[in-house]
Amino acid sequence: MKLNSKQMAQFAAEGYLRFDAAVPEALNQKFLAEIGAPAHEDPSGVDHPMAHYAKVMTSSAIPVVSPGTKLSEAYPTESALSDLMQLPIVSGAIESLVGSAPIFDHHFLHITFPPEFYEGKQQKAQHYHQDSTIDPRQAFDVQLMYFPHNVTEDMGGTRFLPGSHHRIVSEAAIGRYQNIVGQQRMTCPAGTLLFLHMGIWHGGGLNLSERMRYMFKIRLNPGERQARLWDTSDLGNEHYQQRPIFWTGGQQGDEIHQILMKPAPWFEADTGRLEMINRVKFWRYLLGDPSFDADYWLSRLEIEYI
Amino acid sequence: MTQRQQVLVLYLATSALDTAVVGWATYDGTGQSFHMAGDADIPPYRTGLDALLDGWRLIQASPLISHIPGNEFRTDYLKYEFWFEKIVDQLDEA
Repeated sequence: MKLNSKQMAQFAAEGYLRFDAAVPEALNQKFLAEIGAPAHEDPSGVDHPMAHYAKVMTSSAIPVVSPGTKLSEAYPTESALSDLMQLPIVSGAIESLVGSAPIFDHHFLHITFPPEFYEGKQQKAQHYHQDSTIDPRQAFDVQLMYFPHNVTEDMGGTRFLPGSHHRIVSEAAIGRYQNIVGQQRMTCPAGTLLFLHMGIWHGGGLNLSERMRYMFKIRLNPGERQARLWDTSDLGNEHYQQRPIFWTGGQQGDEIHQILMKPAPWFEADTGRLEMINRVKFWRYLLGDPSFDADYWLSRLEIEYI
Repeated sequence: MTQRQQVLVLYLATSALDTAVVGWATYDGTGQSFHMAGDADIPPYRTGLDALLDGWRLIQASPLISHIPGNEFRTDYLKYEFWFEKIVDQLDEA
């Protein structure tokens, strides 16, 4: 089940795709059992965060996998994670984003503990950051976040900033930005999946609930040139034509163009226009078509006579 | 009586102080409040000017920097950063 063009355009524009309750509950329970999570995420049997982490890391079914491994070889057959990767919605999205032979980069089980584990110590949410390091590539990695149980608002689900993925920054250098207009926090039903472009600004929240919170993340590198890997059958001829700008007569034009040109609420007035250019360049890369444009942003700049 | 600094950082939509807040951070040197990433979704002020009207003193603003040839279209950090402070009295502990 590959992504369609609207979904790909949303990923190009906002840097994420979210699928609520996409994983069957039986598989959620299988995964939680394999990692040794307490029933109903009840922390009463958990002694200490570090001890719990150590126990999960050494005894859970999450394998130790070297970066560079083929994804198809990363997880034992019939394990919950193998089952997860084979769900049509997961395999289809992965193939649409990073190809049919993606490369395993790393994975991690993020665990956040309730306040009772930190009595007397001031706790805080994770600062905004961009994973890895400065990464100016056109090729892109995806990070899949899997939320195997319900995440309520007080559990501090992952916070992220839609549309931030084209900004070239250096990891934790953005930590001073506490809040940005348009940021989202994951509250979701069990089995929700979040596919993120590697550049998305994000951070973990503070768990103020009475339950443990688990989130599994895997980063994948592309195994091939990322051009037209999704289902492009819905791209009509109008997609390659310029829609009128400013004086539009009320016409909205091609829906993909509308998605690509929708600004994020935090965009600055001038750099918001640069973000439109970033998106057009990214869409050109995804289409494998260096002539594509939306709202004439690049065509205007490319008129040159020497 | 001692004095402590409260710091407010606003990120605006343009270099003009009377444009919209798009991001913010608050640090309270009195220890009376504690702020962290993701603790609010509504900006404390609509614009930078509104912060001035509420008694915050502007102490620093982002300069406007020429664009490096070949790098004109790169986006990175939030561009229009304004630092404000309030100096507040704090009772000494007995």
